[in-house]
Amino acid sequence: MGVMRPDQDVLAGLVPAGSRVLDLGCGDGALLKHLIDAKGCSGQGVEVSPEAFHAAVARGIPVVQADIDEGLADFADQSFDVVLLSQTLQSVYRPSLVMREVMRVGRRGIVSFPNFGHWQSRVKLLLLGRMPVTKALPNEWHDTPNIRHCTISDFERLVMREGPWQITERRYLDGAGNAANGMTGRAPNLLAAGAVFALG
Amino acid sequence: MTRATAGSVGLVETQQVVLFDGDDPLVFESGATLGPVEVAYETYGQLNADRSNAVYICHALTGDAHAAGFHEGSERPGWWDNLIGPGKPLDTDRYFVICSNLLGGCQGTTGPSSIDPATGEQYGLRFPLFTMSDLVKVHRALVRHLGIEKVLAIVGGSLGGMQGLQWALDAPGEVASVLAVCASSRLTAQNIAFSAVAREAIMRDPDFHDGDYGRKGVAPTGGLAVARMMAHITYLSEESMRTKFGRRFQDSAEPRFGFDVDFQVESYLHYQGESFLKRFDANSYLYLTRVMDYFDLFEDMEQAAARLEQLDTRFLVLSFDSDWRFDTSHSREIVRVLAAHHVPVTFREIRSPHGHDSFLLEVPEYHRTVAGFMDRLADEVEHKGWA
Repeated sequence: MGVMRPDQDVLAGLVPAGSRVLDLGCGDGALLKHLIDAKGCSGQGVEVSPEAFHAAVARGIPVVQADIDEGLADFADQSFDVVLLSQTLQSVYRPSLVMREVMRVGRRGIVSFPNFGHWQSRVKLLLLGRMPVTKALPNEWHDTPNIRHCTISDFERLVMREGPWQITERRYLDGAGNAANGMTGRAPNLLAAGAVFALG
Repeated sequence: MTRATAGSVGLVETQQVVLFDGDDPLVFESGATLGPVEVAYETYGQLNADRSNAVYICHALTGDAHAAGFHEGSERPGWWDNLIGPGKPLDTDRYFVICSNLLGGCQGTTGPSSIDPATGEQYGLRFPLFTMSDLVKVHRALVRHLGIEKVLAIVGGSLGGMQGLQWALDAPGEVASVLAVCASSRLTAQNIAFSAVAREAIMRDPDFHDGDYGRKGVAPTGGLAVARMMAHITYLSEESMRTKFGRRFQDSAEPRFGFDVDFQVESYLHYQGESFLKRFDANSYLYLTRVMDYFDLFEDMEQAAARLEQLDTRFLVLSFDSDWRFDTSHSREIVRVLAAHHVPVTFREIRSPHGHDSFLLEVPEYHRTVAGFMDRLADEVEHKGWA
């Protein structure tokens, strides 16, 4: 318990110290706990799964059980410095609504998601004719919580369509969720296994 | 942390203390004064050396100080015995649990049925009208009397939860956490309507005598029983009534086609109404329902906001999906205001078929949530102190 995944570490790097943070889909609260302890943030989580809810409570993380697909009616406009959507976007039913809510409630949003445009996914789909199973997307199509696969380009288009807001910082991830090497940034939609974007 | 087999706090006694008197009266929010104010309370478990393990139970409309354990000669445990005791979510091996009868009540704490020393008669409706903050003032006085400066948790359901919320706002710094179960920050028109009809039933009873029934040696029993019967309907869900009673008849397989009690649900409500008369005073019912009607925690939002910004209190807000007396929207409103002012809040709507009454019952996910929240809070206070 308490060990953050490498992609959460990359995401945490984009959160300014001392921020008021809302983490949507906070899971067991490991990321918020890190932000509170190591960066002096104050944190509030939202989580739909009862088991994850209990795990977050056991960590002392304030957590509201809610389904973010139904919007964020419990939270006021611009009431948080940062709203996090860590590996959650691909599992919501209404990503556009959720993104609008992220940017309504937060002055900034930070979103991480797996990139379905990664070359490994493309090769598997092209050569095998089957939905890709990769390190970043380890589930078979029929038992994956990820119901809204998108590529980095798709996400950028969503931001262009929905926002007055835009992407202010970009971090790319390798298959293990670590910060990807410098090459990746040249063709991220092909080379990055995942992305972490800050929006404002 | 694993829990020991849950047990009982065993034999307990209600204690009495005079917290305010004529020289040092209770000053109500309205400016009215009252003294003496005697309070009935019980405690379970031991106060620890640094006095940091106190848990205060605020009871709901018709509760009393006897929340856990057994009174001598009684086989009926206290009203929240499933939550309070060794190994239970409010673990008396770990916490010092206090429960008192509310101001204006009729179970040992000064209320309208107490004797006014100025007249030698019962107060009746001459008892001052009081507010949620006035209830809290008396709780705070008891806590001080017990030598406690800061309470680890205030726990309550319904009206009990409202007192916890008010306490946190009235005394930032005195309250480490509030557990408010199926509570509300203000009643809806429908809620007030139910209370209004209950009061009408009491006040229109020919034995009411403007609240001075005590002087005449009678009581508005018919009205009070009807008030209780109606309120009881709102405490259950439709599903629980259907499961418990359905359309079954009480004493036969066939309908009797008359106006006497025939359906099981009628018999049940009658029993609830009648047994209530033994333990409750009609004037207390009027005063305590009125406290709820007028309660509006965030009415002065500017003042509430200023207080919320200073809070270092944690909140656990729980509702039940079948509760229609104070449905989840009441809890969500509390969550919305707290979160908007950056107060950390944990909230959950728990599935339970039992309606508003769920807060008194052993609903596993509910108790698990309370236990998890309390365990973590107590761990932190033990290791790091109040900060």
